[in-house]
Amino acid sequence: MRSGTTLREKMAAAAMVPIFGQNVSDKYDLVPDWTSREVSTGTTIMAVEYDGGVVIGADSRTTTGAYIANRVTDKLTPIHDRIFCCRSGSAADTQAIADVVTYQLGFHSIELDEPPLVETAANLFKASCYRYREELTAGILVAGWDRRKGGQVYCVPIGGMLVRQPVSVGGSGSSYIYGFMDSNYKPGLSKDQCLELTAAGTHCCCKACWELPSTVIHTLYHLSHSLYLSVSQLCLWRWRGDGSSGGVVRLASISEEGVERRVLLGNQLPKFSTH
Amino acid sequence: MGLSSHFFSYENHNVRLYKGSTNAAPLPAASITSFTSRKHKPSFNKMATLTVSRPLFGGFSFENCKRNALLEGEANKVGCSLPAARKTGTTICGVVFKDGIVLGADTRATEGMIVADKNCSKIHYISPNIYCCGAGTAADTEMTTQIISSNLELHALSTGRLPRVATANRMLKQMLFRYQGYIGAALVLGGVDCNGPHLYSIYPHGSTDKLPYVTMGSGSLAAMAVFEDRYKPDMEEEDAKRLVRDAIAAGIFNDLGSGSNIDLCVITKGKVDYIRPHDEANKKGVRVNEGEALQLTGDYKYKRGTTGVLTKAVTPLALEVVEETVQTMDTS
Repeated sequence: MRSGTTLREKMAAAAMVPIFGQNVSDKYDLVPDWTSREVSTGTTIMAVEYDGGVVIGADSRTTTGAYIANRVTDKLTPIHDRIFCCRSGSAADTQAIADVVTYQLGFHSIELDEPPLVETAANLFKASCYRYREELTAGILVAGWDRRKGGQVYCVPIGGMLVRQPVSVGGSGSSYIYGFMDSNYKPGLSKDQCLELTAAGTHCCCKACWELPSTVIHTLYHLSHSLYLSVSQLCLWRWRGDGSSGGVVRLASISEEGVERRVLLGNQLPKFSTH
Repeated sequence: MGLSSHFFSYENHNVRLYKGSTNAAPLPAASITSFTSRKHKPSFNKMATLTVSRPLFGGFSFENCKRNALLEGEANKVGCSLPAARKTGTTICGVVFKDGIVLGADTRATEGMIVADKNCSKIHYISPNIYCCGAGTAADTEMTTQIISSNLELHALSTGRLPRVATANRMLKQMLFRYQGYIGAALVLGGVDCNGPHLYSIYPHGSTDKLPYVTMGSGSLAAMAVFEDRYKPDMEEEDAKRLVRDAIAAGIFNDLGSGSNIDLCVITKGKVDYIRPHDEANKKGVRVNEGEALQLTGDYKYKRGTTGVLTKAVTPLALEVVEETVQTMDTS
């Protein structure tokens, strides 16, 4: 594993700016640098409460450096029957934490002999994230439904804070939709309005940040495979903003009745415009 | 998790060191050049007998990092550099087809800029129905897959069932996460179990993805381009083999870290086809010239008579049997 950080990386880390493009290594290296980078879910994740449940959404991209390791990732991970978590940050860290919490919550639920509370799940996440805060890079949204308080969204960002919020966004792409969320969310939305809001918000992040919108990519794909490859190659190296979000939009709505999951492909974007 | 936690309890090992282990303390770097006792006056500097303390069990010990840093400093002063760890530059990939899994790998192992092994085997056995391709540091992939294979066999004996791919995946990801990426093993795990064919990609830090087609290694971009173009769900076995072969070939020809031959492993329910080599994409010393292959490597056997014989003298050696003893083994 390469341990040296170039000056560029150090500066980028200080400025909290992702490094774009391929690093030119100091020594000629047979193995390109993205093979030694940690896998990160760059991400846009969102969760919205409504009366009777929650709606959660996420993009589907996992990156190692500038290479997309998985373009159809499922970042909405079930923790229990009616409790999900949205993962952002390091893929390994979040997968490991989610596995641990799934086990702990399952055990707790069996001891209790009733479905666990969303607040319990959130506190289990917080316990792990806070205790190992120096070693972990994990930003998690815990969302679900329970009988006591209905639909709830809890935010457990990097560092291990825990706070309940009616609406929460997370991941590196979230900064681009704070304005959108502030203007479009109001309390008392119905389930369908929440679904549209989440889909639009998540897709907005992916869309706003590519040189070519993903609808164009998908149209080109149908035209010619080789052109699609070259276009996606182009997009890979010339993205601006949060190129770490993209792929498809995954939605899930959780309520007393159960969990409905949906996938929105690039050409199924909800019709949304500010003008 | 008997075997692995016993050998690889890094935390315990650390604690033992701090508490003052029963082993001799590791030699501090400064004393490598001379090792003397008070009584004797040395007339010259002796090289230390290298009784560096060995930990009682296997597993990671970071004692030698200080020594390595010192050695590297000294080597750099002289002007040479330490040998690089052998990496498998590699293209590995896997694809799910109608009846099972096809795994593919190239066969080049590199040590820095040199090809260390022209025909190494990167598809490792995990269990009769599960195989794993490994990219990254060769030793790490080899040992990791062997450890998990051993644990999985014990697990299967204890459950009485054929092991599942998800189990192997869990074991691998939990081990790699425990070592926080220091084990440089990037794996493509595939197999067929009671729930059908499954394919996972496992990264050195411990994250996994379950997908219908995956590629790993330095040549993964080239191989993924082929997959993205031609993958279809529910392919036939021959199509899948051809696709994997083409993907690995793309890695071999477009990536410097991959080369030589293409190995395939086809896993279906009840049958495993380990095809090594499936395709000798690069034959040494053969240049394909306008459709015909010219043999270019020399044949170093010379005909009798190439060298003229001046004299010949044959002396039979007289051997006589002096003594013969037979000792029977006590096999009672």
